[in-house]
Amino acid sequence: MSGWVDGLFAPFVEFSFMRRALVACLALGLGCGPVGVLLTLRRMSLMGDALSHAVLPGAAIGFLIAGFSLTAMSLGGFAAGLTVALLAGLVTRFTGQREDASFAAFYLISLALGVLIVSSRGSSVDLLHVLFGTILAVDDASLLLVASIASLTLLTLALIYRPLIVECFDPGFLRSVQARGTAYHLMFLVLVVLNLVAGFQALGTLMAVGLMMLPAAAARFWAQEVWSMAAVAAGIAVLSGYIGLLLSYHHDLPSGPAIILTAGMAYLLSIVLGHRDGLIVRFLPRKHLQT
Amino acid sequence: MHPAALSLDNLTVCYDRHPAVHHLSGAFAGGSLTAIVGPNGAGKSTLLKAIMGLLPATTGRIDHAALARSDIAYLPQQAQIDRQFPITVLDVVLLGHWQRIGALRAVTAELRAKAVAALAAVELNDFQRRPIRSLSAGQFQRVLFARMLLQDARLILLDEPFTAIDARTTADLLDVVRAWHAEQRTVIAVLHDLEQVRAHFPETLLMARSGIAWGRTAQVLTPDNLRRARQMAEAWDESAPPCGVRP
Repeated sequence: MSGWVDGLFAPFVEFSFMRRALVACLALGLGCGPVGVLLTLRRMSLMGDALSHAVLPGAAIGFLIAGFSLTAMSLGGFAAGLTVALLAGLVTRFTGQREDASFAAFYLISLALGVLIVSSRGSSVDLLHVLFGTILAVDDASLLLVASIASLTLLTLALIYRPLIVECFDPGFLRSVQARGTAYHLMFLVLVVLNLVAGFQALGTLMAVGLMMLPAAAARFWAQEVWSMAAVAAGIAVLSGYIGLLLSYHHDLPSGPAIILTAGMAYLLSIVLGHRDGLIVRFLPRKHLQT
Repeated sequence: MHPAALSLDNLTVCYDRHPAVHHLSGAFAGGSLTAIVGPNGAGKSTLLKAIMGLLPATTGRIDHAALARSDIAYLPQQAQIDRQFPITVLDVVLLGHWQRIGALRAVTAELRAKAVAALAAVELNDFQRRPIRSLSAGQFQRVLFARMLLQDARLILLDEPFTAIDARTTADLLDVVRAWHAEQRTVIAVLHDLEQVRAHFPETLLMARSGIAWGRTAQVLTPDNLRRARQMAEAWDESAPPCGVRP
């Protein structure tokens, strides 16, 4: 029994790289959870995916210039993600192109460019690093970066929470009581890109978006207001990080996929068990109430 | 007569050069209760959007007199509202306090009490904590009226507020409109039910892109005027020549 309980804590007590990884997951979850909830509410779930791929060429250029430096790769990734988000946004506003189509177009260009750059100069091992991340090799500098991004995200969200939600729920009303909500939308897109950059350090560009979308998608089965959904999503993200790290330690699995698969399990369980629209509630309904 | 709250001076509003509102001039008196009627495509909603500044005037101008944006409340026709959004009825109504709370200021107990009172005024007691996704179309329209009650606006624009709303809800919401009128607020509503207009709206603007008649409802809604409004060309003529009316 004590061995079993030990297994829950020992890896983190014993190894500093596990402690760093855990703290990184904590920070990532706190930032990514709420951002993911707002992305799903804005019906932009797949935009997060597109942006996460768009980060790649920037990270690759950073890699070419400075080698395996997380700072350089993060800066590059941030610039590339933001460029794609802004270009897609501008094309949507000034032409008739729909937002999802223009995001898809730009991220595909960006992704191909990224793979081209990495494979022409680096080895396939490097490419794997960029694509799948290295949460067990997070150093102090990148830990600081991830934590700063999480703090900045929560602070910014607190400041723009009300208009962001109104812009999402009833954009016409926001326009009728004050100027356009475009500024809030842009600030939010910056937060999305920042969190993807934070996530890609740990989980790689391919899976960074997993910790954003899976907990958010699960949260809607448990809560019915935005703030509670964000809290549930952050909780699921942090727990997925913890459990995923334990699984990867005890069963010698790669940590990134272990974390995302844990979040995926949380999503599947929520579909079945969630008390808001979950399958059990839907197919085993309780007796209805009097009118 | 009260001074005009809003006047239109030779206003034309176009979509791709095709006018939806055509050389319309006139004034809504302060404290007046006006119905805008006319066939589909007559430019009624376009006029309200232009008044709100959501569409630019192609020619002519709209004089808002002393009204600021915060003095105008607007209920669009097909609000782009996400009715599945996870938000409670009370939170939606509280948005009516936007001019007082903005993005950052707190909702005080006093503001909250006013919101609860507004919900009571549209007969939605005990709905505060309900998520909006559980409301019917009529209940949701009551919520939007409660939100407008809090906006405390001097000019209120309603675009087909009673379409797809049952008789009892319509009657209740008409009471709200009458109360606004009694408080000397200027109310402009786009409507289709002529009986309703004759019964509750003292003034009417009948339009078919151009203004057909504007004034006391009984003098506007005559068979002759209504026939002229119906004759408006529905078609969008691609080869229409440029308009010859002097601006």
